[in-house]
Amino acid sequence: MSTAMTSTSKVPAEAAGGSLRFYGVWLIGIIVLIVLPMIFSSGGLLTSFSLIGIAIVFALSYNILLGQTGLLSFGHAVHYGLGGFAACHMMNAVVSHGWPIPLPFIPLFGGIGGLVFAMIIGWVMTKRAGTVFAMISLGIGELVASSSLILRSVFGGESGITTDRTALPKLLGWSFGPQLQVYYLIAFWLVLSAIAMYALTRTPLGRISNAVRDNPERVQFIGYDPHVVRYIAYCFAGFFAGVAGGLTAINFEIANSALLGAIQSGLVLFSTFIGGTAFFFGPILGAILVTYLQLGLTNLTTAWQLYFGIIFIGIVMYAPGGIAGLLMMHRPLIRAGTLWTVIPSYFVAIVPTIALACGVILAIETVARFSGGDAINLFGIAFNPTSPVTWIAAAVLVVGGAFVARLTWRRIAEAWDRAATVARDRGYLA
Amino acid sequence: MLELIVISTLNGVLFGMLLFLLSSGLTVIFSMMGVLNFAHASFYMLGAFFGFQLTKWIGFWPALVLAPLLVGAIGMAVERYGLRNTHKHGHVAELLLTFGLAFAIEEIVSMIWGKSPLDYRVPALLDFPAFTIFSTNYPAYKIFMLAVSVIIFVVLLIVLKRTRVGLIVQAALTHPHMVGHLGHNVGRVFMAVFGVGSALAALAGVIAGPALVTQSDMAASLGPILFVVIVFGGLGSLPGAFIASLVIGLVQTFAVALDGSLASAFGPLDPSAGPSVLTDIWNVTIAQVAPIVPYLLLVIILIVRPMGLMGTRE
Repeated sequence: MSTAMTSTSKVPAEAAGGSLRFYGVWLIGIIVLIVLPMIFSSGGLLTSFSLIGIAIVFALSYNILLGQTGLLSFGHAVHYGLGGFAACHMMNAVVSHGWPIPLPFIPLFGGIGGLVFAMIIGWVMTKRAGTVFAMISLGIGELVASSSLILRSVFGGESGITTDRTALPKLLGWSFGPQLQVYYLIAFWLVLSAIAMYALTRTPLGRISNAVRDNPERVQFIGYDPHVVRYIAYCFAGFFAGVAGGLTAINFEIANSALLGAIQSGLVLFSTFIGGTAFFFGPILGAILVTYLQLGLTNLTTAWQLYFGIIFIGIVMYAPGGIAGLLMMHRPLIRAGTLWTVIPSYFVAIVPTIALACGVILAIETVARFSGGDAINLFGIAFNPTSPVTWIAAAVLVVGGAFVARLTWRRIAEAWDRAATVARDRGYLA
Repeated sequence: MLELIVISTLNGVLFGMLLFLLSSGLTVIFSMMGVLNFAHASFYMLGAFFGFQLTKWIGFWPALVLAPLLVGAIGMAVERYGLRNTHKHGHVAELLLTFGLAFAIEEIVSMIWGKSPLDYRVPALLDFPAFTIFSTNYPAYKIFMLAVSVIIFVVLLIVLKRTRVGLIVQAALTHPHMVGHLGHNVGRVFMAVFGVGSALAALAGVIAGPALVTQSDMAASLGPILFVVIVFGGLGSLPGAFIASLVIGLVQTFAVALDGSLASAFGPLDPSAGPSVLTDIWNVTIAQVAPIVPYLLLVIILIVRPMGLMGTRE
């Protein structure tokens, strides 16, 4: 009660300007989604946008678990994949029975597929949080992924279940054959799911989930059962993961056991954590970055997964708030007007940091292509992976870059401390 | 039938002891530092690949000693420079660090040695049948694997229960602060335990490499089973991990060896019903189900006894 009393005095003043900005951000997001295919209309980009949209829904659903309830799951792709299969079976059933269900409603059935499995398995899984939950989710993930190869009639074995999205009843004359129409379908569900998931964080359930994450014991003292809260949160996450899976099924017109597997679970964990779990927009940034890198890097290098691993380890060790956390760190400094004292040290640090990154890339590519002998093309400069010149260049860049970069990073930390102290004095930083 | 039982029991105990070499390190690290080391199976894989490479360069016996030492050093470096810095961000961050590490190690291994299985042969000294039962030659190398695992098990038990070092480790498991107050360097104890655990995993890799498949996905396929073992046995319980290792080892070996299905036991289903989930389940053989048996056991134990077989904490 006392916290509510003290905070009421501040809230109205912020809400007036805040709500306008709040709706403005969402409106800009929707406009960008609508305009995007008109600016970049090539087929390849449209496919990328569609995949990114799906990845965003998936990552946001994962953040209901990791960011909001503090549940680290290694098997979230189970709900994604089962949603995909549910959507595929539903589409085939609609076609064969002639039901009047048009394609835009199909992701809902994907969501139900994910939700039903979450309701069945979630009660046992969410009994405990933390490390135990993580291990159980891993085991369940493996169980479902292996079972999917045995239950051939449902999962179609190795080849999966195929479907035809254009065979469904048309809605407003849209056949959903062209990728553009599928893109708008995905964008529609992305906006709908994002609004629903954001609204969820504002409900009492969302708030009590945060409390369960931070201090389950205290939640028990005020009369809630953390197990029930975790279970409900798990079901919501399963539902939205299923929606994402349904969108994937529509996009590819196929669902196979790869959708359920450990690789998908790992990727969604990477996207969410790299983006940042503490802010709602974090997983959106992460999903965009990871999907973009995944699509871009697979053409350039065979070791693209290693880069993900390195970025992920770097984020875990040095910036556990993710990209969103790094960005939001600057907000109090901007408000206090002291950001300009930090900026110069950033510019100083850019050069050695890029040198270090180039050295690491060169070293990785040298190892990856040593036996093949393909030339490494780094920013237009060709390197021969078997020549000692390349090895020396990589070593010099890594060692020298790391040495100088550490000095410049220390400068950033010092400048940051000074700026933060000023911001604290002015009352913008707690 | 008797032949099947004897051979499968031998193989099952062998696989179980291998699992225990891994799960013992994982359990001790977990109960000491509260960290579930996701990269533990990756250290096992590194052991196998280092063993392969060193065997090529200097022979199997030096490799048997050197590879675990190398991996142990890597493990100590991971604890010192990775986990210790991440500790302030909490257990989830530590778990994620080891997850990222497991991912990176798998990629590095497949980058250097490729994705296909390696030709990691049994050393010539041990390449003969040890004995013949029921017309099956049982290879001497498997007996050697069993002997190594049992020796390590006994040595570990004696070190933990009978020596001063073991006493400090045991005390640090439950009361790290008190051990620190008594003047021991708890950080160094943690680092040493992490190193020894990684080295044991690597030793398992070196000896299992020639008998099983040495491939870049071996960590990803064994890792989840390891977690099943330590949850099944009870988190933090060494005797529990031992029993669970043997149970999982035996169950999986027997499941692979058996060829029965519900259809062979009760006769085929009426074919007019058409394909369904029921026919899938009816026709699947026990051998095909073998990969999911550990996970089924996990789900059952979680429902029946959530703290695991010998676990004490809920």
